[in-house]
Amino acid sequence: MSSFDIFNIAGSGMSAQSVRLNTTASNLANADSVSGDPNQVYKAKHPLFEAIRNGLGKDASSSGVAVKGIFENPAAPSARYEPGNPLADANGYVYAPNVNTVEEMTDMISASRSYQNNVEVMNTAKEMMLATLRLGS
Amino acid sequence: MTSAIDKHLGVHAQALTLRSQRTELLAANLANADTPGFRARDIDFKAALAQASGNAQQGVHLQTTNAGHIGPKAVNGSLAPELKYRTPLAPSLDGNTVDAQLEQAAFAENTVRYQATLQFLNSKFRGLMTAITGQ
Repeated sequence: MSSFDIFNIAGSGMSAQSVRLNTTASNLANADSVSGDPNQVYKAKHPLFEAIRNGLGKDASSSGVAVKGIFENPAAPSARYEPGNPLADANGYVYAPNVNTVEEMTDMISASRSYQNNVEVMNTAKEMMLATLRLGS
Repeated sequence: MTSAIDKHLGVHAQALTLRSQRTELLAANLANADTPGFRARDIDFKAALAQASGNAQQGVHLQTTNAGHIGPKAVNGSLAPELKYRTPLAPSLDGNTVDAQLEQAAFAENTVRYQATLQFLNSKFRGLMTAITGQ
């Protein structure tokens, strides 16, 4: 029965969105992890989503989401002049991660709403199937 | 479509299957709301039901003699509806055409209609039970 695919589809959506929430949490937690070496500093991570074609069901209609990979934002870290910082380099600069906290916050809200959407889909599908099971009683 | 019970259930049995297929499609659209390049899909329910119940308009088609030939799109009596791509109202830069609000509304509508079909089927079965028990 194809209705069971809905659980796989919504489940894949939930796991993809939770990966996105994980990267957001990691980015926000490391927003102030400065380093004296611009190559060593933390870089903002973002997941790359991809639709699974023909992966879940036999027909092309069911396509869940897969996390294709996590890519790091290649933008240069921002340099701060903090000569008193023990991590500062010879010129007195420390390098802050290229994490945009405002962007991360909006990303977090978007991910959490999408997660809720998938939960609702799953709940509705479950209720529909239970109602179908009660058919004729 | 041979047995008397099948005839009694009428179009509702196919409608239920098509509704559950549409639920699956809309769930896939919602799950891929943030996937770059994903194109939202849906079925034309009226056309799909007409096709499933064998009432679709069948035009004149070329004969297909090779697996690579493109045949007629709709085959009467088939429960495999033709998938169509949604026309986006506001396409996004990443090529995703899922409008979450629109999909949610369609999902809610589809769920209610699924439950309506279930009610119809339920009353058909209740009628059958009354006929069988004679009470």
